[in-house]
Amino acid sequence: MNDNNRPKYKGSVMLTRRRFVQGLAMGGAFTGMGLGAGSVLAAALQQQGPQTLRGTDFNLTIGQQAVNFTGTPRIGTTVNGSLPAPILRWREGDIVTLRVTNLLPETSSIHWHGIILPSAMDGVPGIANGFTGIKPGETFTYQFPVTQSGTYWYHSHSGFQEQTGLYGPIVIDPRDPDPFTYDRDYVVMFSDWTDEDPTDVYAKLKKLSHYYNFNERTHSDLMKDLKEKGLTATWNDRKMWSQMRMSQRDFSDVTGQTYTFLTNGQTPADGWTGLFRKGEKVRLRFINGSAMTFFDVRIPGLKMTVVAADGQNIEPVLVDEFRMGVAETYDVIVEPEDDQAYTIFAQDIARSGFARGTLTPDISLTAAVPEIDSLPNLEHGDMGMNMMGGAGHDMGSMNEGQHQMPSGTVMPGMDHSQHQMGGGQMMPGMKHEEQQMPAGGMMPGMDHSQHEMSGGSLMPGMGQGQHQMMADGRMEIKPLKPNPSDFTAGPVHHAPTEYGPQVDMRSDEPQYRLDDPGVGLRNNGRRVLTYSDLRNLRTTYDHRDPDRELELHLTGNMGRYMWSINGVKHSDAEPLRWRLGERIRITFVNDTMMNHPMHLHGMWSDLETGDNNYLPRKHTVIVQPGARISYRVTVDAEGGWAYHCHLLYHMPGMFRTVIVS
Amino acid sequence: MKNIIAAIMFVGLSSTAMAGGADDPLLYKVMIDKMELRNTSGPNALVLDADAWIGYDLNKFWLKTDVERVNGNTEEAEVQFLYSRAIAPFWDFQAGWRHDIKPKPTRDYLALGFKGLSPYQFEVDAGLFIGESGQVNVRLNAEYEYLFTQKWILSPEIEVNVFSEDDAQLGIGSGLSDMELGLRLRYEVRREFAPYIGVNWTRKFGQTADFAKAGGDDTSDVQLVAGLRIWF
Repeated sequence: MNDNNRPKYKGSVMLTRRRFVQGLAMGGAFTGMGLGAGSVLAAALQQQGPQTLRGTDFNLTIGQQAVNFTGTPRIGTTVNGSLPAPILRWREGDIVTLRVTNLLPETSSIHWHGIILPSAMDGVPGIANGFTGIKPGETFTYQFPVTQSGTYWYHSHSGFQEQTGLYGPIVIDPRDPDPFTYDRDYVVMFSDWTDEDPTDVYAKLKKLSHYYNFNERTHSDLMKDLKEKGLTATWNDRKMWSQMRMSQRDFSDVTGQTYTFLTNGQTPADGWTGLFRKGEKVRLRFINGSAMTFFDVRIPGLKMTVVAADGQNIEPVLVDEFRMGVAETYDVIVEPEDDQAYTIFAQDIARSGFARGTLTPDISLTAAVPEIDSLPNLEHGDMGMNMMGGAGHDMGSMNEGQHQMPSGTVMPGMDHSQHQMGGGQMMPGMKHEEQQMPAGGMMPGMDHSQHEMSGGSLMPGMGQGQHQMMADGRMEIKPLKPNPSDFTAGPVHHAPTEYGPQVDMRSDEPQYRLDDPGVGLRNNGRRVLTYSDLRNLRTTYDHRDPDRELELHLTGNMGRYMWSINGVKHSDAEPLRWRLGERIRITFVNDTMMNHPMHLHGMWSDLETGDNNYLPRKHTVIVQPGARISYRVTVDAEGGWAYHCHLLYHMPGMFRTVIVS
Repeated sequence: MKNIIAAIMFVGLSSTAMAGGADDPLLYKVMIDKMELRNTSGPNALVLDADAWIGYDLNKFWLKTDVERVNGNTEEAEVQFLYSRAIAPFWDFQAGWRHDIKPKPTRDYLALGFKGLSPYQFEVDAGLFIGESGQVNVRLNAEYEYLFTQKWILSPEIEVNVFSEDDAQLGIGSGLSDMELGLRLRYEVRREFAPYIGVNWTRKFGQTADFAKAGGDDTSDVQLVAGLRIWF
């Protein structure tokens, strides 16, 4: 124990309660929380991960405890002495009562992420109706009906407490059985731990925004490019990034440089272990409870059937891999057919580390851990440029850029709207075709336009005065014509507030990229889940067309480490006022080069993924860099709600209060 | 100063409420860009080039200093106290007071400048200094960082000074007076701590060079340098 590291956490209250939590040695719980059959096996094992609390009445105590994830003792923020916090197992239809006592020396709170409940129970200090946080030593009683089922989580909404450990899983059993079966049921919660004080992390990012990025392009990358592409192409390739003062390796602000990635509170070295018997179906409830980390998750040797996204059942999709934005959850079913161990491998988006778990029939068996994937580079589409940007932004290199593109390369920003750009018509039934695309066949994200592209020929209509170089080197392309399809939008409008020192980039050609798995996952040879795969298992709950559309731009200045919406940070922004009962369409435009997981409290986000009759319901939606994305919200929850980027260090600025009345 | 300290303490003690307002805490940064020994054609020189700021995202107070000591004597010393305001995504406008302590006699200037990152990622500090006597000094400093690896960083740098008038007491001639080219290779043991080695080439021009010759000084020099770059 080392109190000196966290003087602010000194408190005699907890001293007697402190236990030493370290990797496998943690008390409570049982290996893998085998909730189904086979608990005999589980019981024989050392206990691992957070314990499960069931019922309708819960007493939760927020406190501090010594933890050790790196070899250096630190103080973590815990619930009932556990990091992650205990799994709360509720039942749909119950009314749950949670008495939360705060033993921290500072104000705390718990927000039930993705749970539909009254504003007053939502747990965001200063925004949830009448809630100002739980003061030190006080107890707050949350009580609300559970009206949904699935996998969710809970976390602090005060300060940076989430970074220091205040997060835990929520599993809600459905009133009617899920439309799929499984023999075992495991929660797999990923998170990121740092030994640093989160306020120091934030300060470092403000002083040197690339502080944690040790994967910048270097001399050897340049030499490699020169050798492979030649001088002109290398120059063209790098010119714009250099001109725009942007890094092509800006994937994640905080990386494995300081983070230890955890699986159910276990370090990669220790690993978390879940048991199975050959032939069993195993349900894995993946939760990304990180402060800042996107994870790319796969289990080499096993196909995963994704059955739920953000707790809501979807039409099952068979994939090799999926990306989890911070705060997203995915439920998958795997069916290991061999008596062997499998590694659950979750590498971070910046390829700086991984979280690890093992599925095994025998506790003594482990599986090989794959290498971390090689580093990708952000592409022009990630900068909000149309794919026509190719390898350069001047007309001269446009041609060249086309030919350089290897056949089959998935360029970001390639979507239906390209057809329009090419002067062609939307093909009838195209969306339909896409959904029937066999999983094993084509690469995700490929569509008709790419076939045209891979031919190497210029698309008709290109280069006819549509592209204009702007004075500052950005390419201006005349807006596309609006299209009735949800996937084609009109021109973007940047609010006047987006112009100023607080915003370093604006996407002039943001594309819908639902079928783009995202940077680092394109063309990796694996079947990667994309948002275009998400289709609700039941029909859209609210069939009304949106009454109005709200376009919100995600903005920031990476160098200054300032984040905002429409160029205005939360403390300067008026609340968004929504009318109770209305159906609105929200379109996000990402004017930054980072992924932002946008989370709306209190109401579902019906994500437009292709079929308006089966919109999947999400609580957190990734907005890819330089992209746009739309969803519909039925405004059915009165009161104050938080609406924000779930990256912890973006959240202070990239945040809006929503008031529904 | 009391207020600043109080403000620091306040920020340090207050717990941030994520409901908003905590996005822009008061911060400070001290950057010792160069603390180095220069192996000159004459006696070795000790050089300090450092700055510090305190403030918020868009508004800061800056302190910049440049000191050169030879044989235990401070030969050059300059300090600038500046208010800095972000005016563009990559640029700050800075204004304040520049005070040259050494060489004697001291000089005071009104300092105006732009500091930021130019296209193609050059760190630029461009200053316009207006002296009491009507002397105008334009100074341009630009630096680039080339990553050999994530930790080995080569940094070329150029600084040019132009003056509007002769200042015989200080050996300054009007027009282009001097230029300095540096090339430093540092190893970032950690982000905040990097030892480096490099070369520094200085050259005086025009009347300034004539003043130097008359004083028996060199007008051009190539120096090997070794030092530390530290920030916190």
